[in-house]
Amino acid sequence: MRIMVCVKRVPASGGAPQLTEDGRGIDTRHLSFTVGPHEECAIEEAVQLVERFGGSVTVLTVGPAEAEEQLRFAISLGADHGILVEAGPDEVDPQATAFALTEAIRDGEAASGAPFDLIMFGNESPDAGHYQVGVRVACALGRPIVGGVKGIDVDPDAGRVRFRRDTPGGAEVFEAALPAAVAVREGLNLPRYPSMRGRLRARKAEITELRPHVPAGGLRRIRLRVPEQQRPETVVLGHGASAAPAVVDLLEELEVV
Amino acid sequence: MNASTLPVRADVVVIGAGIVGNSIVHHLADLGWSSIVLVDKGPLPDPGGSTGHASNFIFPVDHSRELTDLTLDSMRQYEKLGVLTTCGGIEIARTEEREEELRRRMSSATAWGIDAELIDAARAVELVPFLNGELIRSAFWTPSVAVVDPLQAGALMREQAAAVASLTVAANTEVLGIDTEHGHVVRVRTDRGDVETSTVVIACGVWSPRIARMAGATIPLTPAVHQMMDVGPIPELAVTGVEIAYPIVRDMDTLMYERQSGADLEIGSYAHRPILHEPDHIPSLAAAQLSPTQLPFTASDFDPQMEDALELFGSILDREDVGVRHAINGLLSLTPDGSPLLGETPEVSGLWSAAAVWIKEGPGVGRMVAEWMTHGTAEIDLHTADIARFYPHQRTRAHVRARTSEGFNKTYGIVHPREQWSSSRQQRLSPFYDREQALEAEFFEVGGWERPQWYESNRGLLDEFGIDDRPHEWDRRWWSPIINAEHRAMRDRVAMIDVSAFAQFEVFGPGVVDYLQHLIVANADRKVGRLIYTPVLAPNGGFRSDLTVVRLGDERYRVITGGADGARDAAWFARHLPADGSVGFADVTSAVCTLGLWGPRARGVLSSVTGDDVSNDGFGFATAQEIEIGTVPVLALRVSYVGELGWELHAPFEQGKLLWDIIAEAGRPHGIVPAGIGVYGTTGRLEKGYRLMGAELSSEYTPVDAGLAFPKVKDHDFIGKNAYLRAREREAVAVLCTLTVDDHLDSTGRRRYPQGGEPILTPTGERIVDRLGRPSYVTSAGAGPSVDAYLLMAYLPAELAVEGTSLLVQYMGERYPVTVARAGRVPLFDPDDARMKA
Amino acid sequence: MGGVLVLVEPDGGVESSAVALAFGRVIAGGLGELLGAAAIGPVADGADDALPALAGGHGATHVHHVRHPLLDDYSPECWGEALAQLVAHTEPRAVISPATARGTEVMAQAAARADLPLATNCLTVSPDSRAWQLSRIRQGGMLIEDAELTAGVVMMTIAAGAVPPDDAGPTAVSTSGTAQVVSYTPEFDTSFVHSRVVDRSAQESGVSLTTARVVVSGGRGVGGAEGFLPLEELAKLTGGAVGCSRVATNNGWRPHRDQVGQTGSKVNPDLYIACGISGATQHWVGCMGAKHILAVNTDPDAPLVTRATHAVIGDVAEVIPAVVEEIHRRARRT
Repeated sequence: MRIMVCVKRVPASGGAPQLTEDGRGIDTRHLSFTVGPHEECAIEEAVQLVERFGGSVTVLTVGPAEAEEQLRFAISLGADHGILVEAGPDEVDPQATAFALTEAIRDGEAASGAPFDLIMFGNESPDAGHYQVGVRVACALGRPIVGGVKGIDVDPDAGRVRFRRDTPGGAEVFEAALPAAVAVREGLNLPRYPSMRGRLRARKAEITELRPHVPAGGLRRIRLRVPEQQRPETVVLGHGASAAPAVVDLLEELEVV
Repeated sequence: MNASTLPVRADVVVIGAGIVGNSIVHHLADLGWSSIVLVDKGPLPDPGGSTGHASNFIFPVDHSRELTDLTLDSMRQYEKLGVLTTCGGIEIARTEEREEELRRRMSSATAWGIDAELIDAARAVELVPFLNGELIRSAFWTPSVAVVDPLQAGALMREQAAAVASLTVAANTEVLGIDTEHGHVVRVRTDRGDVETSTVVIACGVWSPRIARMAGATIPLTPAVHQMMDVGPIPELAVTGVEIAYPIVRDMDTLMYERQSGADLEIGSYAHRPILHEPDHIPSLAAAQLSPTQLPFTASDFDPQMEDALELFGSILDREDVGVRHAINGLLSLTPDGSPLLGETPEVSGLWSAAAVWIKEGPGVGRMVAEWMTHGTAEIDLHTADIARFYPHQRTRAHVRARTSEGFNKTYGIVHPREQWSSSRQQRLSPFYDREQALEAEFFEVGGWERPQWYESNRGLLDEFGIDDRPHEWDRRWWSPIINAEHRAMRDRVAMIDVSAFAQFEVFGPGVVDYLQHLIVANADRKVGRLIYTPVLAPNGGFRSDLTVVRLGDERYRVITGGADGARDAAWFARHLPADGSVGFADVTSAVCTLGLWGPRARGVLSSVTGDDVSNDGFGFATAQEIEIGTVPVLALRVSYVGELGWELHAPFEQGKLLWDIIAEAGRPHGIVPAGIGVYGTTGRLEKGYRLMGAELSSEYTPVDAGLAFPKVKDHDFIGKNAYLRAREREAVAVLCTLTVDDHLDSTGRRRYPQGGEPILTPTGERIVDRLGRPSYVTSAGAGPSVDAYLLMAYLPAELAVEGTSLLVQYMGERYPVTVARAGRVPLFDPDDARMKA
Repeated sequence: MGGVLVLVEPDGGVESSAVALAFGRVIAGGLGELLGAAAIGPVADGADDALPALAGGHGATHVHHVRHPLLDDYSPECWGEALAQLVAHTEPRAVISPATARGTEVMAQAAARADLPLATNCLTVSPDSRAWQLSRIRQGGMLIEDAELTAGVVMMTIAAGAVPPDDAGPTAVSTSGTAQVVSYTPEFDTSFVHSRVVDRSAQESGVSLTTARVVVSGGRGVGGAEGFLPLEELAKLTGGAVGCSRVATNNGWRPHRDQVGQTGSKVNPDLYIACGISGATQHWVGCMGAKHILAVNTDPDAPLVTRATHAVIGDVAEVIPAVVEEIHRRARRT
């Protein structure tokens, strides 16, 4: 199987995000960068599929030159190739991102003469959260795509894949023909940590760099804000087990018991 | 214990609830401080400072006695708290040079009484079976190496403090300001209210500079990155089922360590480039990804170290299923000279610093600072860690950054005892500097001053005096046989020595005699023009410093002290000025340059350039006079640290070059040579048995031990007097001795020269310790060219301090016979001081 | 043609559809346009009247019912293509949907196929002749982004918890309270590429995390998988669901589907009981929609304690069993 995994360089979360003085972006001076948890699972799944069925994993990103770090991270986890579509330091809107990814995938498929069997995305990026890049790429390439996926069952011989995802009431399983695309969620698997040898291998791996012209889409970020939070005065109901009556009073007041 | 409001008043406010702050609180409570407030901006038990991410292991052996003592005290405290796990530690040598260093380490281990052993590769692999033995030449095995839990220790220390004192612990409390009045702390302002107090301790690690600045004080440290990663899970480690089952490995030549942490191997490095941070740019708790002192890992800095680790621990690390689980750039505190920053800040009374302390020293530092705060002195001599040791330029950001950048990679480096810094040099230049450069001086630094150690222009003297070089590179590093040649020329003829690095103060006013009487041991009330050499004691009767006082007038004195100690002494003298304003203090260091003129022909040189009477009758020993040398008004002191006839010539700084030229010119017919501090500070001094502050003299030894007690004790009270009197009354415990090395040949037939710090052993190789537990080790070492011996100074227990006694010195893994040549202060060279007094 | 079109989910998301309709009504009013609704696929048996009532109740004059055999069961591609065709057919000024999983997926599909931009998870929106000004949720709710959207047809999803703006005044709303149903049938090529549902299962038991009125959630302070037993009991007694923090799933104490937080579920219960959860930001954004939060924690300074409406300072293992016991005691008494 040839699998393409699309990732995005994002600031690692942890503390509350701090904004730059002009409010146009996040102050990342104290932050490291990573790929989101969904994408970590996508990489892990791709590597496992190739370990099982053979083939190769290519990892692709659109972003600043520094996003090379995320490609090398993916390679340290077992991906084989990295492609960086360099798009400058500013955040790229979802239409433009999808355009750039699509072009890069088309190039890759044209070069090898065959489509990627599976194109994988995280369900949404942890920072921008547009929920659409994967869908746009899949549509542009004419591939089926299912989002929110937490289980993948590939039958390469039959040219068929099944995707399982949670729904509010349970779960549903989709079937699609290969080549296909998928947007996955954390929980799909337990991603591995990079081995030291993997990190050294990733350091030396060659990254393909592309700099296409990417037309901007219709959504433009103006600035970021921290939402106002009303901080209630916390009512301390008590300490230890002796607080139980006060807790049940509250439950009764809210009519949940 | 945790309070949402703070008391309005407290005896002391300790800022910072890391291992240091907790330990100070604990020991202050033990010492009777009754109301104590401990604040930290972060949550407990881990407020987010360096204590929370440290590797928590302790290797006790260090070349520095002070640091070793602090470490050993800390280990005892951790053990008592039940948070110490002994696992042993191995320091690996991959190179020949490192093997030599490990042998030197063995000397230090012996000197400080720590069980250690040099082992071969097979034994190392036996102890840690995952090691690649092929890389190991030999190793240094310390069975007592341990890991500790400093967060748990801190919690227990708070509990113990709360049990005996009124302790308020205020986590999540931000200090907004520290108010002072008349240079003294009066109040700490926080976001949970203000606390009136006259004593504040800053134990905030990397944040300390920021907090100190609120009070107008400087804590010269910089946050710097130390990289660490956790790799695992490793089944071989997981099966042990414990946090640590294998000895910790220090891979010294790659400047790295590896230790087990449960199923993981933790790898740390001091090999990467220095990565400094600004104290103001440390992220807040809210903005920090992990914690304020755990910054994002910069992988590229660690790549070479990863290869080194894979090479040494390939059997467990070089696997695809063993992953990098956690990696950080951890912040720690670095100082310009690598030592902690302890004590009362010179700028603000009542404001104490306890910063730049490692986990291995934290509890000990806490105990010592608490003692210092309570009694004015601590059990362990802390003068090299005294925050008052820095001159103003050494507190600047540029200096701190330059020296810490240079010092970072020395963390596991091989640092020669005489090694010089290369950064932030040429800070303080005497007016003689151009002349010295022209004479190809090799400059060493003290207190920022550039001082000639020897002059290459004197190389020709080597043949004249038939002086040999030292065969071993280590012994001759940062050294030249020219020193010995300059020494001989001085003793035969006359030498001029730049001693402008002296720190000089003037104290004056109607209360000055009482003021000085209170500070020094010697009687200050001598006639005008008299030179007074005197110890300055700590309250416990140990040495704070020794210095020279000159009475310039009825109400005016000059105080002259060594360049290494000037800042500490200035702070001490300034702090004790009477509140009534009856004494003034002026630091005149930068106004005065000093040229020493010593040797049998010194009088001939001086008399040819001055009309003043410099005969023995006209200008007696131990007196001072204003004389004229051409157009230069000079304060001449008839004194010598090298045991020769001569003078210190103190001149206006701007006329220094003129003075130099006059003396050099006048000296030519007398065969004058410029001589360096190698003569002044080592060879000349050791032949005369003169003691040096910081080497022989420390707060752990009294003037009686050092042989510097005066025949009479003045009536006037002075700091340390009671302890001084007690020391005089009891039998001597230890005596400072001068020893000669009887045979320099090592087992390969090469002559070796101990450099200082080596243990003195009994003829059967036993460690020597006096009744008070103080070990015998070489405090100073150097040639005695005019007594034809290599000299060592060491304190010996009274029963061994007998001239003619044969002992051993251990140097670089071998033992050399030595003999006690002098017990006490009578010099080997010119015992009657006839030359000086001629 | 014009108008403002709201994609509604008569089956799964009546409440969120109502919010989207409320947004649509105000936008349509401001623009002087008609409000229309669209529903894709079959309506559940007996709910034929629900659709026009839902739409009409919020001022829609008409509702497009999009039908086709390929739409009989959910398929992201088919539903998205259908919406894209409806948009091409009706040429609305704006298309709005609730930001449910399905709504978002269909809108993304439609936007991709129509080559239109899409703003997801919007909180506020103000139409403008040039570019629409809007604010949207970023980083799971930790941040808000102000953005502008320039498009022939404005497409957006409305975030859960977004508050509809005040009514903009009189507009051409349906007065009958019910909307006229207009059928629309899209066309699909025989080669149309799509995925299809082949299996569907209901959750074995219990209340769904995202719809529960009470969520009893546990973190590091619970200490282990068995520590969740009292939490499960309390959830049962309150008709609630059990949630957990990322620590709990990473340690394998709970299945991943129970995770509340940025990468898990976002919940909006009446009461969120956080047991031994310190409250990292990534967890907070998952539960901050709760009307009441009761934090049980040994650390009075834990972030979630300070953000909660109510707190009990103490060990989860003592507090929760005591609460359970108290409920039983009162039940016996009555």
